[in-house]
Amino acid sequence: MKILVCVKQIPDMASKFKPNADGTWFNEADLAFRMNEYDEYAVEEAVKLREKDPASELVVLSVGPARVVEALKKALAMGCDRAVHVQDDNVFRKDPWQIASLIAAYAKKENFDIVFTGMQSQDRGSAQIGPLLAGMLGFSCVTTVIGFSLEGRTATVRRELEGGAKGIVKAALPAVITCQLGLNTPRYPTLPNIMKAKKKEIAAFKAEELSAEAALSAAEKFYAPVKKGTGLVLEGGDAASLAGKLIDVLKEKTTVLRG
Amino acid sequence: MKTLLVFEYRRGKLSEANQELLGFAAAAGGESAGVLVGSEAGLPAFGGKLYLGDIAALGEYDPGRHAEIVLQAAQKESPDLIVFLQSSYGWDLAPRVAGKLKAAQISDVTGVVDGKFEAACCNGKMRRLVEPATKVAVLTLQEGSFPVSGTPSGTPAVEKLAPSGSAAGLEFAGYEEAEKKEVDLGKAEVIVSAGRGIGKKDNVPVIAALAKSLNGEMGASRPVVDAGWVDHNRQVGATGQIVSPKLYVACAISGAIQHLTGMRNSEFIVAINTDKDAPISEVADVMVIADVMPFVAALTEKLKK
Repeated sequence: MKILVCVKQIPDMASKFKPNADGTWFNEADLAFRMNEYDEYAVEEAVKLREKDPASELVVLSVGPARVVEALKKALAMGCDRAVHVQDDNVFRKDPWQIASLIAAYAKKENFDIVFTGMQSQDRGSAQIGPLLAGMLGFSCVTTVIGFSLEGRTATVRRELEGGAKGIVKAALPAVITCQLGLNTPRYPTLPNIMKAKKKEIAAFKAEELSAEAALSAAEKFYAPVKKGTGLVLEGGDAASLAGKLIDVLKEKTTVLRG
Repeated sequence: MKTLLVFEYRRGKLSEANQELLGFAAAAGGESAGVLVGSEAGLPAFGGKLYLGDIAALGEYDPGRHAEIVLQAAQKESPDLIVFLQSSYGWDLAPRVAGKLKAAQISDVTGVVDGKFEAACCNGKMRRLVEPATKVAVLTLQEGSFPVSGTPSGTPAVEKLAPSGSAAGLEFAGYEEAEKKEVDLGKAEVIVSAGRGIGKKDNVPVIAALAKSLNGEMGASRPVVDAGWVDHNRQVGATGQIVSPKLYVACAISGAIQHLTGMRNSEFIVAINTDKDAPISEVADVMVIADVMPFVAALTEKLKK
């Protein structure tokens, strides 16, 4: 069994985002990057599957500038066998079609049986890479997965639906599985595993050598949404005085503190 | 601008969220046609042409053949836009259709500006303005972004479509129901919800104490439930409970769209957060900018007096 897991590195979502020089995406200066949360679940599920089958091999792949090596190292420390870095300093300008094309071009070099990835990234949030990649590779695809098991060449997965219900789907391999939050409990890399990961291979490929697909869409502007509400902001002072101010507002604007 | 609206069935009936497709069509202007894998027994109130795949034959989850129905309708209509809801059905199906057409897809669309599309990004905190470069573009609409004005009416002119292929690779094996809700948050007048920013499970009782002092129930955001700090039957959001209490207090909840969907219709919303720009500020009547734990403790103390 050959397993691929695709991860993205994203900035901390609590950051203050400012536009970059061409105004189409965020300025990376002063942002702290980490592995996309959805992809942490994908790595964990892939590692669990890898551990069940000693003959299997697990490859982690990321597209992006030099900083994404940190996300690859984390995945290696979580239990991936080797890493592929698709080097691309301009990945932020690429659309989902181009990024899926890069991954597909690499994936075609190896015969993967199953691909895991997050259902979306926290920053771009397109939720397209998994299904697009599956289409390009001719794999089946199930999205928004919160339960996974594999028997032979058939995966049985639980898809999360609105209102807390789940849909049960059987998918024949080869397949792409996109992972939703809560699928498992992603492990923390232990120090011995971090040390072991330092010896694992990180192969590098240049994006332009893998795919030259043109973009299907272009971003023009990056900005904060126009605030719809005219909400009141309470700030400053100690907790007790702020609490007092909030109670005054609640007494005036709601009925919950009456009677 | 010609749009093809992809209506959806959820669990055997038309989804109420379909109305947002009509809201979008009105906002975008121009002609629109619809496509639905559903049943003649329950058609959307829509006055245009509707291409219909038979859900009895195709089932509710068979994305390969559902995509083929949408593609057949697209071939007949040559739309500029194929529009889905950003839902478990739409976000699954849209990229399959876009991929087959090699069409631009813009996800989580919140607005239309001069033929370009505003899309949410950075967990809902920021927006991008995106222009498709292909003749036909595929969109998924963020829930709540395109409210319809008035009650939609009309009877569609139905044309039936059937896929040529058979289901490939995937087999739908039924539903698993949501666990029984022991806590009915829908009845609570006050809900105080805990978000990931409370930091640790040990802090949950502090949030629960505030809920109690307001005679309310405690709710929680998804990450808190996923982490096992609070039981799923208290989760507020698209995959938990949809609530509209008199007062909703969001403690250290950033406000991902999946949470906002569950609580944005509350009568009065207080958000306590250290980040003034967190997306929860979009819907909050009052933003308290403070460290959540000391503030909640102080508020509970004052309410006791």
